[in-house]
Amino acid sequence: MTGHRAIDQTAAHMADAIRTGRATSYAITEAHLDRIDAIDGAIGAFLHVDREGALATAREVDEAIARGEELGPLAGVPIAIKDVVVTKGLPTTAASKILEGWIPPYDATIVERIKAAKMPILGKTNMDEFAMGSSTEYSAFHKTRNPWDTGRIPGGSGGGSAAAVAAKMAPLAIGTDTGGSIRQPGAVTGTFGAKPTYGGNSRYGLIAFSSSLDTPGPVARNALDAALLHEVISGYDPRDSTSIDAPVPPVVEAARLGATGDLSGVKLGVVKEFKEGADAAEPGVVAAYEAGVEQLVKLGAEIVEVSCPSFTYALPTYYLIAPSEASSNLARYDGVRYGLRAGDDGKHSLEEVMSLTREAGFGPEVKRRIILGTYALSAGYVDAFYGKAQKVRTLIKQDFEKAFAQVDAIISPTTPFIAFEFGARTGDPYQMYLADLYTIPTNMYGGPGVSVPVGLSEGMPVGLQVMGPVLGDDITYRVAAALESTQDVLLADTAPEIEGK
Amino acid sequence: MSTISREEVAHLARLARLEVTDVELDAFAGQLDVILQSMKTLAEVDTDGVQPTSHAVPLVNVFREDQPQPSLPRDAVLAGGPDTAEDRFRVPRILDEEA
Repeated sequence: MTGHRAIDQTAAHMADAIRTGRATSYAITEAHLDRIDAIDGAIGAFLHVDREGALATAREVDEAIARGEELGPLAGVPIAIKDVVVTKGLPTTAASKILEGWIPPYDATIVERIKAAKMPILGKTNMDEFAMGSSTEYSAFHKTRNPWDTGRIPGGSGGGSAAAVAAKMAPLAIGTDTGGSIRQPGAVTGTFGAKPTYGGNSRYGLIAFSSSLDTPGPVARNALDAALLHEVISGYDPRDSTSIDAPVPPVVEAARLGATGDLSGVKLGVVKEFKEGADAAEPGVVAAYEAGVEQLVKLGAEIVEVSCPSFTYALPTYYLIAPSEASSNLARYDGVRYGLRAGDDGKHSLEEVMSLTREAGFGPEVKRRIILGTYALSAGYVDAFYGKAQKVRTLIKQDFEKAFAQVDAIISPTTPFIAFEFGARTGDPYQMYLADLYTIPTNMYGGPGVSVPVGLSEGMPVGLQVMGPVLGDDITYRVAAALESTQDVLLADTAPEIEGK
Repeated sequence: MSTISREEVAHLARLARLEVTDVELDAFAGQLDVILQSMKTLAEVDTDGVQPTSHAVPLVNVFREDQPQPSLPRDAVLAGGPDTAEDRFRVPRILDEEA
């Protein structure tokens, strides 16, 4: 539903209106908080809303502008933050019972940057517990519903951030992407999601899931808004030893260039192996994607088939590497320093209390992955499983490097299927894992990938993924913005109106 | 043939300090078997002479100046703990009394 309410505008428009005095940050922030009050009962995107904090920041922005101060490009534009990112003084649980009630004593680097950019923080969004899942059904607290059809999942793990932006409860949000947790929710909710180059921004203050893969990134309703947020949060951080000390790719400039609708001279690769056999997407998804490819060709792009044979093995490779790292990272939840403690009745030993705490505090998917990771790292299996997966990861990287010697970017559907109905894939974890079939290779490689809405299948949104070379985030935004330029109305603006209370 | 037994899952859960229930063990054993079957396909891949990748974007020798930085205030950190006493995290007994 497109309209003229404050919440219908793009983040770029909101920022401009605030800067030039045509609107106040207070009014815009309040409009979003009122929207949350009105409809989040029906959607469930938020775990925590900080009305007072958000309005206090908004007021500061309005006062600074009244004094004639120059603020950053998104000053005064409100934002929602995935609950896996720590926020000083605001509850942070990663949607797990094991962290229920924990109030972090510090901010993640990306939150520090959001605060320095004077963006009011609306609250924390729902997700699959510890970012493990593709439907947000593994949240320990509640479901998040897809604003396009409230009987369906909003994707995951960042279903709350995607649903909040799709339902216009926030113009922007932060997600994190380990295997597709920004892009797949973006695709199934008709929003824009970007996984930046690994190391392009800081992981300091992200609750760790898989440290060699976790990447925070922007969630928005269009490429330019996402690019503006991308530049706010990105750049080197000495507190994250894996962050890259290099200039942030010029993604805002690239989004503006893309919006001119000219892709002449741009070579786009399509992966041969994605089209074959069991890796094929639903016919409706393929149709929407191919219509998008045709549009890109009309804008001047040249399509080149590339072969990436190791992509076929990306899913099992990921499900060895990510759970192995997770089993190690999640060892810290032992009932001693934060969150839940169970069974501490004077009769149980420390070790028993740890086991009882972890049993009570973790949900089923987290337990499965901890057990899987423990298996893959155990003596006798580590070479056959974890070690083998790390070598296949090298082959996946090499496939990307070979492809990028031929093409500027690679395109694919973002996810093989549209948003499914609740409960459809929770019985068989492997069926859930297939949601990330096309997004995982990029995480293995470390390059950037964005999902841009491309069309509908059965009335539900479909996303087109653009993958770029390491530190080539700009090309992904350029191609995505070019695709948007072919849409009379942005797909994100055609979501059905949610009836509030 | 099943790749992982119920007993193995129980052993792994113990190693990972998870006090799993019998119902969970039954469910996990079947589910993990499906997942591990897919992982067996990696054995098909020829990785002779291939170097493992541990990180996406390789960086070596990340140094910084050794300058003291302020730590978090003790009370702010302890405030997150489930049980604290005498400015420390309190834990249940670690050693058996007879030990």
